[in-house]
Amino acid sequence: MNAVHDPALSVRVQDAWRVLHDVLDPEVPAISVTDLGIVRDVIAHDDGLEVVVTPTYSGCPATEVISQSISDAIDAAGLGPARVTQRRAPAWTTDWITPEGKEKLRAYGIAPPGSCASEATGANVSPIRLMARNVDCPRCGSAQTERLSAFGSTACKSLYRCVACREPFEYFKPI
Amino acid sequence: MTTTFAPLPTTASASASVASTTTESIVFAPTPQQAYLMRIGDTCLIHAQRLAEWSGHAPILEEDIALTNLALDLVGQARALLTHVGQQTGFDEDQLAFLRNERDFVNFTLVELPGRRAGRDFADAVVRNFLLAVWMNVMWARLEASSDAEIAAIAGKAVKESRYHVAHAADWVVRLGDGTDESAKRMRQAVDRLWPYTAELFETDGVDTAAAESGLGPMRVALQPAWNAVVEPVLAEAGLKAAATGAFRSTGSRGVHSEHMGYLLAEMQTLQRSFPGGQW
Repeated sequence: MNAVHDPALSVRVQDAWRVLHDVLDPEVPAISVTDLGIVRDVIAHDDGLEVVVTPTYSGCPATEVISQSISDAIDAAGLGPARVTQRRAPAWTTDWITPEGKEKLRAYGIAPPGSCASEATGANVSPIRLMARNVDCPRCGSAQTERLSAFGSTACKSLYRCVACREPFEYFKPI
Repeated sequence: MTTTFAPLPTTASASASVASTTTESIVFAPTPQQAYLMRIGDTCLIHAQRLAEWSGHAPILEEDIALTNLALDLVGQARALLTHVGQQTGFDEDQLAFLRNERDFVNFTLVELPGRRAGRDFADAVVRNFLLAVWMNVMWARLEASSDAEIAAIAGKAVKESRYHVAHAADWVVRLGDGTDESAKRMRQAVDRLWPYTAELFETDGVDTAAAESGLGPMRVALQPAWNAVVEPVLAEAGLKAAATGAFRSTGSRGVHSEHMGYLLAEMQTLQRSFPGGQW
């Protein structure tokens, strides 16, 4: 099956991207799959659209739900049929979350991830007492926060507490 | 793993067709390269099964959540590897996970040893989690250069996840090893109990040499310096010492398991063997 270069089809691809901007992550329903940066490509084939997705975590239980939501949304917009394929390499990183997506996370009450380059995620870093750098409270903005747990409600987040406003919050871990 | 409750067949048809075909164990005869990948995949899978036993039972809620999150990553990594080998051998991930017999599992014995049950301590879970997480991290880092592009891609994701596992496990080793007299004593006992099983993590056999020759992945023995470089300083910080290594060698990676493995598989496989071909 070959990709087709037809003006009508490229409009269809652009329309599909617009639809994908509204497909929400089922576990963090504040941001869309495009905010999250997991949609790597939309390709028009002669028998339908192919949406290329890179999974977030190896064991992310939302992967199947996300694929279904994407093909359902494209079908509902009359742009189908669509199939979702997976591309593992290069591996997804939180650096692919758009600036807009990070702002939506903060507004939702989840502290967005710092950039991987600035975090101690390198292979040569000693693991002893490896903690994220200070994370700002997404509610009051205070930098006086403490980590409660390395893992939160999902593998991609850890649990923090703000010392200033006393509210607990989640931090989206850089990976 | 996918598991769905398909409608139960009537007893008559069940005995006639389903029971005779789909619940039977598969005959799995991997090449050395496939066996190499299954050792890693099975180690992830069985380790995840043991970690998941802490669900609802860990000493504190946060750790309960953490251990099961680690298990989730490990199941995902196992799925990727089993699916990849399955595509080469004509099986799906569920068949490989749930319809292989004990002798066809090639995980390290270390990960099948009893966890929460059988009188083992949380210290055992902490120490094993640490020793294994470092091994996986070192292995994934090497597999990023695998000649198999799919394995390199799987490793590129997993290596980042395993860094969090190492950090979390190391944190607990130091916290308990350098904690109270009681926690330090229990950690010393756990290290002494588990250490003899680490020799298997660095053994060499035909599977290793075949994988190394084809560029699929490194020999296990090649991982030891990098493993030591992380394990030793963490143990030192925790006030713990590696136990002496004797002549004992565990043999799970060759399919010869401890007495605990059969019970683990009985629990892990019962659903798929009771509801053949079930999908989630």
